[in-house]
Amino acid sequence: MADLWLQFVLTIDATLRVATPLILCAMAGLFSERSGIIDISLEGKMLMSAFAAASMAALTGSPLLGLAGGILVSVALSLIHGFACVTHKGNQVISGLAINILASGLTVTLGIALFAQGGQTPFLNKSERFTDIVLPFAEQAEHVPVLGTIYKEIISGHNLLVWVALFSVIVTGYVVFRTTFGLRLRAVGEKPEAVDSAGGSVSGLRFQAVIIAGVLCGIAGTYLSTAHGAGFIREMAAGKGYIALAALIFGKWRPVPALLACLMFGFMEALAARLQGVEIPVIGNISTDLILVLPYFLTVILLAGFIGKASPPRSIGVPYIKER
Amino acid sequence: MADKTISKARGDDSSPLAISLDNINKTFGSVRANKDVCLSVVQGTIHGIVGENGAGKSTLVSILYGFYSADSGTVAISGEPVRLRSAADAIAAGIGMVHQHFMLVPNFTVLENIILGHEVGSDLKAGARQAEASLKGITERYGLSVDLQAVVQDLPVGLQQRVEILKALYRGARILILDEPTGVLTPQETEQLFDILGTLKAQGVTILLITHKLKEIMAVTDFVSVMRSGEMVDHLQTAQTNPQQLAQMMVGRPVLLDVGYQAAQAGQAMLNAEHLTVTETSGVTSLSDVSFSVHQGEILGIAGVSGNGQSELLEVLAGIRKITSGTVQIGDRKITAEQPASPSEVKGLGLAHVPEDRHAMGLILPFTAAESAVLGYEYADMMGGRSPILSPAVMAAHCKTLMSSYDVRPAEPSLKSNLFSGGNQQKIVLARELSSQPDILLVGQPTRGVDIGAIEFIHKQLFAMRDKGCAVILVSVELDEIMSLSDRVMVMNEGKSMGIVRKADTDIQEIGLMMAGVTAASPRQQKAR
Amino acid sequence: MNASSLPRWIDIGLLPVLNLIAALTVAGVIIAIIGENPFVAMGVMIKGAFVYDGALGYTLFYTTNFIFTGLAVAVAFHAMLFNIGGEGQAMIGGLGVGLVVLFLDSVLPPLLVVILAVPAAAAFGAVWGVIPGWLQARRGSHIVITTIMFNFIASSIMVWLLAGMLMAPGQMSPETRSFADGINLPLVYEVLQMAGFSVSRSPLNLSFVIALLACFGVWYLIWRTKLGYIIRATGHSERATIYAGHDPAKIIMLVMAISGALAGMMSLNEILGVQQRVILNFTSGYGFTGIAVALMGRNHPIGIVLASLLFGALYQGGAELDFEFQTITREMVLMIQGLIILFSGALAYLFMPAVVRIYSSLRKPTGSG
Repeated sequence: MADLWLQFVLTIDATLRVATPLILCAMAGLFSERSGIIDISLEGKMLMSAFAAASMAALTGSPLLGLAGGILVSVALSLIHGFACVTHKGNQVISGLAINILASGLTVTLGIALFAQGGQTPFLNKSERFTDIVLPFAEQAEHVPVLGTIYKEIISGHNLLVWVALFSVIVTGYVVFRTTFGLRLRAVGEKPEAVDSAGGSVSGLRFQAVIIAGVLCGIAGTYLSTAHGAGFIREMAAGKGYIALAALIFGKWRPVPALLACLMFGFMEALAARLQGVEIPVIGNISTDLILVLPYFLTVILLAGFIGKASPPRSIGVPYIKER
Repeated sequence: MADKTISKARGDDSSPLAISLDNINKTFGSVRANKDVCLSVVQGTIHGIVGENGAGKSTLVSILYGFYSADSGTVAISGEPVRLRSAADAIAAGIGMVHQHFMLVPNFTVLENIILGHEVGSDLKAGARQAEASLKGITERYGLSVDLQAVVQDLPVGLQQRVEILKALYRGARILILDEPTGVLTPQETEQLFDILGTLKAQGVTILLITHKLKEIMAVTDFVSVMRSGEMVDHLQTAQTNPQQLAQMMVGRPVLLDVGYQAAQAGQAMLNAEHLTVTETSGVTSLSDVSFSVHQGEILGIAGVSGNGQSELLEVLAGIRKITSGTVQIGDRKITAEQPASPSEVKGLGLAHVPEDRHAMGLILPFTAAESAVLGYEYADMMGGRSPILSPAVMAAHCKTLMSSYDVRPAEPSLKSNLFSGGNQQKIVLARELSSQPDILLVGQPTRGVDIGAIEFIHKQLFAMRDKGCAVILVSVELDEIMSLSDRVMVMNEGKSMGIVRKADTDIQEIGLMMAGVTAASPRQQKAR
Repeated sequence: MNASSLPRWIDIGLLPVLNLIAALTVAGVIIAIIGENPFVAMGVMIKGAFVYDGALGYTLFYTTNFIFTGLAVAVAFHAMLFNIGGEGQAMIGGLGVGLVVLFLDSVLPPLLVVILAVPAAAAFGAVWGVIPGWLQARRGSHIVITTIMFNFIASSIMVWLLAGMLMAPGQMSPETRSFADGINLPLVYEVLQMAGFSVSRSPLNLSFVIALLACFGVWYLIWRTKLGYIIRATGHSERATIYAGHDPAKIIMLVMAISGALAGMMSLNEILGVQQRVILNFTSGYGFTGIAVALMGRNHPIGIVLASLLFGALYQGGAELDFEFQTITREMVLMIQGLIILFSGALAYLFMPAVVRIYSSLRKPTGSG
């Protein structure tokens, strides 16, 4: 029983680690999509910034410079997205797809050119990474039943970026629903002409939104390669950007429900990892592939309206063109 | 010439000008939307601008509100020359605008909509409280009460418009532009709007009223300017003109405001609707217990403010929408909820349909005229019946025939549908539907966005169909159109029929009251059913 | 002046070429940045794609994949449906081929099995396309999101089956057993050698011919049948389609079935053409490339053949880059593909204002004089 409890606590701990990039990307998507810009390029931005952060950290030895590099590159991709979708009123899905494919190719190409290790970056030492922060008294707490275990295993021992991700949810909620910027941002995703006629700039707001999305994706990518992992591996985003997008839809474009969806999807992944090759009494060997596919499957079910209804911002995907 | 008329319109040379436009030009591609337009609006007056669709009114006010910048010309507000490059510039200059299509975020509250883009501070709540306080003064001063916490999409149209006016006043507008403000209002709501405009004027606000309805010009304005094909034709004092003169200026030639209605002899009933009810999936009842019949050789007009069930009625009769309860009988076929008819089946029963929205339904804009001219008739005999093959040559030849008999210009079947003018697009739709020689014809808003020349042509075609024995159901939000074409009029309000009246026995006042849902048809009239 | 007032040769000829040049220029700059000569690289690619012995066969082999996936995207585009699910539909199509062959190759003669496997590829792909179509048409789910999700679901199903019940006994890698002898589509070089030509070995097979037939079929369907007319009408205005008496939901499902079937047939080339067993990830992104192909080819079969040829050459030439350069790998092709999608798709009209300006300034003197 005690062993099962520890297993459970460790799975929750792993859930947080796995969910961190999802949360950051979901908040990124929230800003972008609330402003009316579909963002399927979360994946590509995260991948590209994972590469940039690891390269930067490897070359300079500083994880903070790595973070800066990751954010910078991700924002650059956001600006391309904005240039295509806002300035040139291009198709937002196509632009996002282009960025994803571009990132897949560019990371490996540049990786080989820089490090000649088959597209990977060198292994990062502890000093080049965001390391786990052990909270005070974590060791002592171990002996306190239940709460102590929770404190030591779940709350303590996370790196800075995990906290940043959780904090980003609060900030997103505040900015989007409690500030005037948020009011305009939501208005521009619902009815851009209202903002235009009220003297606001539709393009300006949408660009701000995609840039914020870029910053958050940059942090997510940095987390992958310099906090969760120890270096860049090709295709290391591995569909997480799409899962984050699914979580955003699942959370109906609201910060806290999106967070919960990320945690749920993270939990599934953590559980799958833990059940890999484990014989469970009666059921036998559960196929982890089928657990891993659940986020996608659930999103399809949700979108089909079988469990609740997810209605996106009204003007999402529609370039703003002044009427003649 | 222009200078002389301006001073004539101003009456008194010393009165200060709120707006003065000088030689404004604006070109879109090859279209000159505004040609050397001059306009002077005296402060504290209500000034109307009339003109047909496409006369350049909308372009002019868009320039005034900073949506477009003029190619050349100058704008002065209260005597100060200004450059209006964005709506923000216009707002700063004290200009407010109530758009034809409201610029409100539907799922925001009234207050959120009012402060949007003009918030105080960065914290939403604190700013909203402050705004609420200053709004109180404005609402009291102008008598514009509205629940600030209500969500806009739940408000009736008249109140939404009030929110738009409040929005402008909150931004400190001293000049208010209203673009076709009455299109979505009942006659009574229109009265209320005009009362508000009167109050605003008394408080020194200058009002620019854009409309194509001459009656409104006569009712509320002090001055009126007439536009025609991008040019200012004349400026007049409203008291010294009349609708006939204005209409002539708008069109550039004498107009028959009436195409020449002659009563017709109606024959047997072609279509009977009994207790028609339609409930949407959202739970809203858009059509409620509507009964009527339409006979051979008559035009039944359906009057009502836009959005009171007329569109749903047309779509139900055309087989596009499903009936929830009630019946439609055409010949031997009884259409019910249990035995619905598809649009193609209804077509087979001898019904043709000129839809209200020709851009979204009547035509496919990116298709060639030849392709649009067979929409809904892909499997007709002239297209080879059930054969799955599409012959471009047959389509083109068919279109050519239609074009020459309905005088569509240019008569070029390979031209894309969106490159034709509104009137010619409508003629393509009309030609396609009439050439199927229907027994029953449904017509929705036949002359919306159509120039006056084509209106005459279209009205004559409808009379010709009636005289050939066709039963015509005409839906229009233009009461004048209903009155000049119909033999009988059914008035709709909130999805219900307010009664059917014989045109000969009624007048606009009675129909207006019925449109507002105030009174049903008088008992004397009920027999008209 | 807008797109519709430009002559056709500019709209469907010049602009796509300018977009392609822009994409290749950016790619060239990146190659230069990583320290290689872009012109030399291009030379290697062209030689690798067309000149070396057997190269053309390989190029056309890849071209075949892209024709199928490109047509799949294009057919859906005509109904204004953005089918991103080509990848998943191709996988499931391959699964269909595999299932038919694995169940029947011991009981039926090879020719018959092959003849059954071809429609199986189409049918399985169609099913994987029609479900998102149904979800969009009847349940209002956005097809872009559902097809993305369906790619992941398909991929999981393949892993689950190939590492599970379909895995060859005694095998460690996730793949099925090999098909019985003789169960493959005829290879072009073998046919030509039998006819007396001397052609070098390549995986080019009968699928190429099927792909070309599919091109003609799609063209005929879209522009020469009433169904095609209704499909295009649905794409532009669902309300007009309803008004005209057709059910857009049915059309959407039908179009997604056709689209999925075309994507599914891509597996013929890989599975029935060369692999002769179902392996994991045989689609290697060809489904996504189909989007680039359709965008470049402006959703017209002729354009799609040309764009497929370009991508075929990029893939085959890209393989050559791997050999010739230390620093350039096949991923370079992926990058170029991303740039092409960006410039031909999202930024399709980047150059339009400039072209319009130049065109009208060239036109004016002759027009008025």
